[in-house]
Amino acid sequence: MQEILQYLFSGLTNGAIYAVIALGFSMLYSSTELINFAHGEFVMLGSLCMVTLAANLGFPLIPAFFLSICAVAAAGLLFERLAIRPVRHPEPIVLIIITVGASIFLRGVGMLIWGKNAHSMPPFSQHPPLDVAGARLLVQSIWILVIVAALTAALQMFYRRTLTGKAMTACAVSKKAAWIVGIPTKWMVLLAFGLSTGMGAVAGAIIAPITMSSYDMGTMLGLKGFCAAMLGGLGSLWGAILGGFLLGILEALGVGFISSGLKDATAFVLLLLVLYVRPQGIIGAGEVKRF
Amino acid sequence: MLLSKKCRFAAMAAAVLLAGALIFTPGVFAESHQKAYKIGGIFSVTGPASFLGDPEKKSMELAIEEINAAGGVDGRMLEPVIYDTEGDPSKTVMAVGKLINKDRVTAIIGPSRTPTTLAVTPMVKRAEIPFISCAAGNKIVEPVKPWVFKTAQSDTQAVASIYEHIQQRDIQKVGIITVANSFGESGKEQLLAQAGDFGITVVSSQSFGASDTDMTAQLTKIRQEKPGAIICWGTNPGPAVVAKNAKQLGIEIPLYQSHGVASPKFIELAGDAAEGIFLPTGKILVADLLADNDPQKQVLADYINAYESKYNETVSGFGGYAYDAVHLLARAMEGTNGDKAEIRKNLETLKNYVGISGVFNFSKTDHNGLDPSAFVMVKIKDGKWQLLE
Repeated sequence: MQEILQYLFSGLTNGAIYAVIALGFSMLYSSTELINFAHGEFVMLGSLCMVTLAANLGFPLIPAFFLSICAVAAAGLLFERLAIRPVRHPEPIVLIIITVGASIFLRGVGMLIWGKNAHSMPPFSQHPPLDVAGARLLVQSIWILVIVAALTAALQMFYRRTLTGKAMTACAVSKKAAWIVGIPTKWMVLLAFGLSTGMGAVAGAIIAPITMSSYDMGTMLGLKGFCAAMLGGLGSLWGAILGGFLLGILEALGVGFISSGLKDATAFVLLLLVLYVRPQGIIGAGEVKRF
Repeated sequence: MLLSKKCRFAAMAAAVLLAGALIFTPGVFAESHQKAYKIGGIFSVTGPASFLGDPEKKSMELAIEEINAAGGVDGRMLEPVIYDTEGDPSKTVMAVGKLINKDRVTAIIGPSRTPTTLAVTPMVKRAEIPFISCAAGNKIVEPVKPWVFKTAQSDTQAVASIYEHIQQRDIQKVGIITVANSFGESGKEQLLAQAGDFGITVVSSQSFGASDTDMTAQLTKIRQEKPGAIICWGTNPGPAVVAKNAKQLGIEIPLYQSHGVASPKFIELAGDAAEGIFLPTGKILVADLLADNDPQKQVLADYINAYESKYNETVSGFGGYAYDAVHLLARAMEGTNGDKAEIRKNLETLKNYVGISGVFNFSKTDHNGLDPSAFVMVKIKDGKWQLLE
């Protein structure tokens, strides 16, 4: 019992991280139909910015957190302006290849700025782990869960209650129709990039204290986030959240009851299964009902 | 007229410069009848294993400088020819081809990694050229290949050091957690193979990905089997996460790490969680803590001093592999006039050479020449290394 609880805690923490990364993928996809394979690299940037600001430059936690997110979101905007928008024939495959190129570029930049060594920082609050029926729950995990919940609520509000959010949804449904009714679609795409990469930075910043940050951490996290987004249904907010938690928990249980060697395989076998059986994902019910 | 005057002036100037050059470099004539020995070096100076290759290249240059300053080998200088492998086996193969066919070197030192070393051993055998690897893997000298030697300590000795320590503390059951790459696999193989010799049972064997963010699930699974100690085998940053997670889970049993994390970086990454961890390390990390009668103490102090004053950076635990290789080679080359078969034979019979990584005693069956005494066990206490007996 104690073990199962421990696996669950471990899965919840990892799952929350996958969920935030999946959210970034999903958001961008729903407003631009683009998969940004450089997303993992923005997670890495967020994590390393956070370490530099909070641990090395001695910024207080909250300014460091928001500064990292703003910096990474700015990098995301720059990426859209310099690499995505100037493309003359913006076919999906061309754009996807550009994002793959960008991920290699960003990893190189990360290596030049932060070096090849890993970096670590202290947790957000110094509490000993909580004891829940014999299993240990990290305080940082609670932080992660709270931040992810707040982020999801904020996003939901943004899409449902604000004009900009609704305009963005409109863009996602039909770019041309949105343009005809006067929505500045180019600005919406730019905004989607900023929000999505900012989301990546949030994921990076909240995991910085529980793991080690290094220039090459983004690839695997990006892939796992992509799996989670596919699992839940690409383009769906709740799908991304569900996919992320499902993936994290299944991975942890896989380690516990099958074999730790198969941890990463769990994610990818799940992805293959979903692609075969239900290509639209668990929640995504096809194009029509996406919104 | 004007032109020819200019020409004459230029010619005179050139003549003066040439004469000057000849006068000020007397060595040109003195050495021309005694050509320098070319020594090939191949290290992963850049790329993911640059933390190995970079100090190795620097140490090789340092060692050659020292030997040349002391008059070379039988009066002949050594000349390094160093290529970067980027840690890539195919680039290593090309570099070795170039060293053998184009540069015609007398011997080859490096490469830094086990996969790159194994990629070139067949070429070395064909070319019949002495070859001293700086990589750690056991498979390089097991089984013994006539032309292949290595200076880095093996996993075998590290595992033996850990198990000896565990045996002394009367622990019979251990759980192991290893990284899923060639370093971790090799460690796991040795941990499982040698456990029986020390009366130890491995009750749980788990693995983790090199860039995983959380290992609590694996540690929980190990804890279920109630081992007396946990051994983690990996290179940074994974083992630091294991150390942190073990502390968070409140695991009280001793945690052992491999020599793969024997650097101050590990203490920095793991922070408080590093306290009380045991690990085997080459003596270079604790050179100033060694007893005065330790044969390596003086050698280590000289090397650290020379390296740090030449390159103005902290010495790393890995450069010593190349430093030892150059000095061993120079010793074996004495009196051979560059005959490769002679050098090989001399290497194989070299005894009691006190180096950075240990005291080398090569033989026909042992081309590594080190025993478990090449490692010392240390404990991390108050963020510092503490030497254990």
